[in-house]
This record gives sequence, structure tokens and C-alpha cells, in this order.
Amino acid sequence: MLSPQKTLDTYYLEARRDLLEVAAMLDRYDQSVKRDGEKAQDESKRFSLLKAMEILSNPDHPSANRAEQLLNHFSEIS
Amino acid sequence: MAMSGVVAVCEPAFWAGFDRRHPETFIDYFAQISEFEPTRAAEFGIRHYCWVAVNPKEAENRELTEEVLRQMPEFLEKPTCLGVGETGLHKSTANEIESLQAHVELAMKHDQLVLIHTPHLSDKAHGTKTVLEVLAGMDVNPDKIWIDHVEEQTIEPVLDAGYWAGMTLYPVTKCSPRRAVDILEKYPRERLLVNSSADWGPSDPFTLQESIVEFRRRGHSLQDAVEIYHNNPCRFLGQNPKWDIKPITISE
Repeated sequence: MLSPQKTLDTYYLEARRDLLEVAAMLDRYDQSVKRDGEKAQDESKRFSLLKAMEILSNPDHPSANRAEQLLNHFSEIS
Repeated sequence: MAMSGVVAVCEPAFWAGFDRRHPETFIDYFAQISEFEPTRAAEFGIRHYCWVAVNPKEAENRELTEEVLRQMPEFLEKPTCLGVGETGLHKSTANEIESLQAHVELAMKHDQLVLIHTPHLSDKAHGTKTVLEVLAGMDVNPDKIWIDHVEEQTIEPVLDAGYWAGMTLYPVTKCSPRRAVDILEKYPRERLLVNSSADWGPSDPFTLQESIVEFRRRGHSLQDAVEIYHNNPCRFLGQNPKWDIKPITISE
């Protein structure tokens, strides 16, 4: 098992990379809306991602079950 | 790499994973990348070119830098050496800035191309701004300068200043294959360069192919892909007559 510091040091850059990919995906969507002049007919996937980030942005999850919460959240999207 | 369409690799003089202590170590390294590596790549049908420089990570050693710079013109004459690189900044220290200036001066004096590294991660914006400030104070030809490792936060000032902007793709720490395509879709492509790397840190030469597949998946034409991933490097590097690979047009 890794120590708290080792956990951050080991996975920070990969998590940073993954967050950047999410940011870029949302930017890509906004660019496409600007280009096409209209939003997606069904934006539920976008709202689902934004809600997921809300879940993550809560600093305290005493049960350490963020992944479980996200899976439950994503299961609402078909 | 050859089987996936790679026709050439360009190896910048790089950090060895440790700080070298002797100018002679650099000289032997320059001989390796300018004499031996082209023969090794040729066995696989890939052209090998190189750049020579003291990497920014080692530029703190001023005495070593000065001695290597003194001997670099000999290597700029090698038939596969494309110019001076990679110079640039790592932590943006005074010694690194002095080394960058000396490298660029040498390149301009010998009418060479220049490959400039910009810092990673947290120092990216500041370091890129410093590189641009240093170059703005010098007599340089922007056509001959490739500023590498641009990302969303740094590409605009690099392009606005008239330089070529490079995205070296990495799996974790720098621009990713998909984000590179986002940038290609957002900015004028005439001075954009996309490439990948195989170096001492986590890197994957095939991030380049990933980016090409992503570009094509979004509906861009094969010729547009060729323009960016093959022809733009040919246009920039072809300013050095040693680079004799020409831009190509696909007939469909």
C-alpha cells in the first residue's frame, strides 16, 4: 500500500492529464456549437460530466467511494 | 515506425538522464547522433537527422556550455545535422537564458535552423514568455525558429510573434494526440508542427500516429493530414538544403 504522499506523487501527473482531456473535450463541444450554430439535441451526456465533476469537487468523501458514486451517477445515462 | 509511414526522425541533442561533466562527452554524443545513428535508422528505411546543442537542463554549467558551443560549428557541417537544438529553457535561470542567447546567436551566425524547448508543467507559461522576450531582443529570423512544446496556454503568443510552433506529443506530461488535433482545428496550420518523442521519460513515438488517426476520424481529408504531419515539417526543415524530403500531394 502507498503512503498518502506517495499516492499523490505517483498519480498526480496522470490525473492532471485526464482532467486536461476532459477540459479539452468540453472545449471541443463548445467549439462545435460555435461552428454549427446549435447545441446537441440531447445534452444529457454533457450535463452528466459536469455533475460528475461536482461530485469530485467535494474535498471530503469519508467513505473514499468517489469511483462508486460516479458509477452510480453515470448509470443514469443510457 | 517505417511500416506506419514514418520517413524520417530528427534527434535533438538531449539530456542523457544525468548531467554531463565534460565537453568531450558532448562531442562524442554529437558524433554518435550525426554519424552512427543515420546508419542504424537506414537499416529500417528511415532517414535520421540530428540537431546539436547543450540541452537547457545542463546549461547551468557555463564553462561546459561555452566549450561545447565553441566546438559545435564542426558538427553543424555534418551532412545530417539540421541546426541548433534543443536549446531553450528548463527552469528559466539566468544561466539558461544566457545559454539560449548564445545558441541562437551561433545559429543565426551560421544561418542555421533553431529548435527551442519550452519548460514543462508549472513553468510553461512563464518560460515561454521568457523565451519570446529573449528572442525579441535579438536579431533573428522567425522563419528559422521552431518553438516546441506549445499547448493551449502558449500557442497564441508563439504564432503571433511569427515563429513555427511545435507540439511534441506525450502520453502523460505534455500535449496529447487529441488536444493537438483540437489546436489544429482552432489555429492557422501553416506554421504548426506535430511530432512525437522517444526519450528518457514516459514517451511514445506512436502518439503521432494516434494524432493522425484522430485527425482523420474527425473528417479531415488525407491531404490535409499530409499537409500537417508530413509537408509542414518538410517546409520548415527544408529551409536547410540537407533536408531533401519534399512535400507531397496525394492523388485519390
